[in-house]
Amino acid sequence: MSLHPGTAPHTDTDPHPDTASLGGLVEIRGVHKSFGDLEVLRGIDLRIDPGSVTVILGPSGSGKSTLLRTINHLEPVSQGLISVDGEVIGYRREGELLHELHEKEVLRQRTSIGMVFQSFNLFAHMTAVGNVAEAPRRALGVPRREAEARARELLTLVGLSDKFDVYPRQLSGGQQQRVAIARALALRPKVLLFDEPTSALDPELVEEVLAVIRSLTRAGTTLVIVTHEISFARDVADTVVFMDQGRIVEQGPPAEVLDRPRHERTRAFLQRVRTGAEAADEDPAPTSPPPVEPSPAPPADAPRRPSHPSATALALDPTTPLPRYLTEDHQS
Amino acid sequence: MTSSVVSPETTQRTPTATPAAGHATATGHHEMSCPPPAAPPEDLSRLRVVPARHPGRVVLAVGVGLLVAVVLYSFVTNPRWEWGVVAQWFFAESIIRGLLETLKLTVMAGAVGFGLGLALALMRLSKSGLISSVSWTFSWIFRSTPLLVQLLLWYNLGYLYERITLGIPLTEITFFDARTSDLMTPMLAAVLGLGLHQAAYAAELIRGGILSVDQGQLEAASALGIPARDRSLRIVLPQAMRAILPTAFNEIIGLVKGTSIVYVLAHAELFFTIQLIYGRTQQVLPMLLVATLWYVVITSALSVGQYYIERHYSKGAVRTLPPTPLQKARARLARLRPTPTGAPA
Repeated sequence: MSLHPGTAPHTDTDPHPDTASLGGLVEIRGVHKSFGDLEVLRGIDLRIDPGSVTVILGPSGSGKSTLLRTINHLEPVSQGLISVDGEVIGYRREGELLHELHEKEVLRQRTSIGMVFQSFNLFAHMTAVGNVAEAPRRALGVPRREAEARARELLTLVGLSDKFDVYPRQLSGGQQQRVAIARALALRPKVLLFDEPTSALDPELVEEVLAVIRSLTRAGTTLVIVTHEISFARDVADTVVFMDQGRIVEQGPPAEVLDRPRHERTRAFLQRVRTGAEAADEDPAPTSPPPVEPSPAPPADAPRRPSHPSATALALDPTTPLPRYLTEDHQS
Repeated sequence: MTSSVVSPETTQRTPTATPAAGHATATGHHEMSCPPPAAPPEDLSRLRVVPARHPGRVVLAVGVGLLVAVVLYSFVTNPRWEWGVVAQWFFAESIIRGLLETLKLTVMAGAVGFGLGLALALMRLSKSGLISSVSWTFSWIFRSTPLLVQLLLWYNLGYLYERITLGIPLTEITFFDARTSDLMTPMLAAVLGLGLHQAAYAAELIRGGILSVDQGQLEAASALGIPARDRSLRIVLPQAMRAILPTAFNEIIGLVKGTSIVYVLAHAELFFTIQLIYGRTQQVLPMLLVATLWYVVITSALSVGQYYIERHYSKGAVRTLPPTPLQKARARLARLRPTPTGAPA
């Protein structure tokens, strides 16, 4: 393991402690990752600001999912450093040495980095409440009653107040993914990682999941989203990162990367993704909506997907207060 | 299952038939079919499903029924089964004592077998090469040795090691010291032999169950920071149970009958007791029938238990649990009662 040359010593504290942001600062420096002879990540440098929304785009095999999985150490990096709020993930750094952390420590670090998977990965033998309450109970030692009360609160937030005691297999894909989001939120993570959260869903179920993610942009958590939903990226992202062949090709605000891509490869990718009806819908949108605040109204291309009835019942109205449990300061 | 088709032949037999009756799916009405109305908008709600007939099944059922009847008849009428002797001994005190001994052996060997088997399975899946090869070696040895040899080996441990001593080597300090032959009762030898043998098999079957659980479950649990112990015991094992249970009950039922091999150690379990009795009375077949009937009783009880335990662990794996036989029977009764004078089927 060698360090990427020329990295500045990392800061140990949040540069703006007074702003009391709930989101974590993610710094990815000189990250390489190989699976055998195959080099999947070839030197990634990326700074993800606290509370920001970053969307990672790229063709399949470009390494975007692997990058996401290195952030919570599901994939250890081959070279380089990843830190959240200045804390190196997976290692303890002493000068030039990186001591591998014990699993217990890695698990503690992961409790502040939530993850939502493409295939949901809900615990099939547990009810929705059980799924959401499991991690707080087992990883943080929250008493069962309290963990389950919080779980109900979170499930209500994602619009599933009528599905508390239902098993995952009795839910639609969109509902399962919403449970998975509630489960990831239950640990009050500083960073939330989404690995193609809507790719396994039927088209008419995509919007209800995107609506939930959109509502989270208000919670102040740092969101990193790997997706193919270009219009969603335009709507919510502060930064769009385009990756290809293990490298970041370009990054910037959606208005730049999506509408005025500088790179030929980005242009070609966007062309390929926006085919048929999608291209027709999105082309007459030269100006992008303000990226930080989630727009209360769905974006211009939304009518293409009539939103699911339950999606409208979500607590997505920007005036609805988020549960205090989510927005109060982190203790641990 | 079957989407019924009203064929033109059927409709033509009725007086007011119209050739308009075409192909359509039925809506599940149970009334007798009426001729389709002459009016152009055909009333599809009148279509009814005729269940497919299976004449082969009927023939087979009759054949099987006859065979069963012949066997039962011979059982009852053949005097050499000596049913009187069976009845006389079935609840005899010595038999019941032997039966309890068999159950005790099963429970203890089963506990050793599956407890150790679980540990071995988890060891085998460990990332540490040393731990996993220890587990592999255990299974290798204990699956390769005949059970009979293992039992005799444990029972004769005193021949190999005269005393068993626990203390600090090279000092005079001993915590425990005994003659091996005093320690190694037939019961202990039987539990060790059966239990360790069972553990080697249980380890493989539990490992198989664990491997059948989707990798994403572990990944999600790791990503949520759930500790390794809880990942195994709360996330993976409960889901592995579905794959483990049918084979595990096979093994337990095998173990119940497997305890009969312990007769070589002259331990008075059910089978040894039976042998003692027929050795004296010479009523060999009726006594073996007594043993068999008791094994059938135990196996039946275990099968009922298996059904309900499997049902418990299928929660979440199936969308809706099928009703239990008891629930089905109750539902059937409830359906029968309100219509005592039902229409002819």
